[in-house]
Amino acid sequence: MNNKRTELKVSAIRNGTVIDHIPTESVFHVFKILNLDKTKNQVYFGTNLDSKKYGKKGIIKISDKYFEDEEINKIALVAPKATLIEIKDYDVIRKENVQLPEYVDKIVKCFNPKCVTNNQNVTTSFKVTRDHKGNMKLYCKYCEKTMSKENIEFV
Amino acid sequence: MSKMKGRSLISITDYTKEDILKILDLAEEFEKNPRQNILNGHVIASLFFEPSTRTRLSFESAVQYLGGRIVGFASADTSSVKKGESLKDTILTVSNYSDLIVMRNPLDGSARFASEVSPVPIINAGDGANQHPTQCLLDLYSIRKTQGQLENIEIAMVGDLKYGRTVHSLVQALSLFNAKFHFVSPESLKMPSSVKTVIKNAGLEYFQYTELSDVIPFTDILYMTRIQGERFPDPLEYEKVKNSYILTNSMLEGSKETMKVLHPLPRVNEITEDVDDNPKAYYFQQARNGVYVRQALIAAILGLK
Repeated sequence: MNNKRTELKVSAIRNGTVIDHIPTESVFHVFKILNLDKTKNQVYFGTNLDSKKYGKKGIIKISDKYFEDEEINKIALVAPKATLIEIKDYDVIRKENVQLPEYVDKIVKCFNPKCVTNNQNVTTSFKVTRDHKGNMKLYCKYCEKTMSKENIEFV
Repeated sequence: MSKMKGRSLISITDYTKEDILKILDLAEEFEKNPRQNILNGHVIASLFFEPSTRTRLSFESAVQYLGGRIVGFASADTSSVKKGESLKDTILTVSNYSDLIVMRNPLDGSARFASEVSPVPIINAGDGANQHPTQCLLDLYSIRKTQGQLENIEIAMVGDLKYGRTVHSLVQALSLFNAKFHFVSPESLKMPSSVKTVIKNAGLEYFQYTELSDVIPFTDILYMTRIQGERFPDPLEYEKVKNSYILTNSMLEGSKETMKVLHPLPRVNEITEDVDDNPKAYYFQQARNGVYVRQALIAAILGLK
């Protein structure tokens, strides 16, 4: 199955943003990170679609909406191989992979139950780092603990 | 000293090597002349949300030797926290009454948060299991004083290396001074990998042991720690390891002539009392050095030195 047919399983949009190559299990996390559950724009999505590269994938299309890089890059936490495609009049005007941001604020909970962010009204803030094996880690600005991907829980 | 003026001290990593050395030099001056009236007219708030003997009393005596006044509380029970006041509200209120706030709080990261909301500088006197930078500075002061220098020290850290915040900060700081690290702990209380990464990133070496006697012949500093029951999520786990390492006087035979035994105190049973009379025991002088280091910090942060 080629990519074109896969994408057509979810309606094409005239203007807006397509986020492709999302791991199927992360589609709803991406919804949450981008606040798509609260948007007034039309949103189409598909899960468990066939993908040549990844086996199965998810896709989200948001009409009439373009994101700031800082905003969209947050989805790299759950969808590091996602592709961002911007559409204008059915044409692709921009296509690139998401990049891990330098900092992740507000959206992730600290995994340390004794962290001040879990006990007082404090917004979370993490620096994105890598360990010596290249695995992504989040370093809490407050309790200074380092959290691995498996411990990420969204606020 | 202008670089420290008005700046909070939350984590030892807030200070550069140069900052650390400036504080130690200044502490040396205060050791020679601890009674100076430079804090006359200043009020320091001392907010201890959990109990402490050494840290609280040495801060308070540091302020009083310098002619300053203290306001504050020694336990959360005697403050509005008991009525449910948030940390932010407590800090904003107390900052109206003081030039500087010294705070100990059981929540990890509480000191960083306090420094963000407070208009006056904060000195972290311990935030849960996270950081205790003034202990780290007094440890460094004690090491430099007893060894004549801070560079190229061989240090053995013993006991609870997993939960012990003082050993984590001390590794971070000594990594700036080309130290060689020897870690002695039970398997379940080994130094966390995030701390070992700091050493690797500094291009330095560390070695791990389970026997205390292995490190005694060659180490310059034997840094003993208490296995802290209150930091264990599982009390059974604590029972298993609490008596792992006990240093007795006879074990010090064969150690280096210049070697010193340090301990952040309080001790429970990990150093027997017969060690106290050995000239290599340095933990009570170490606690006294806390006064000079805290005098230096307060003076530097208030821009008085």
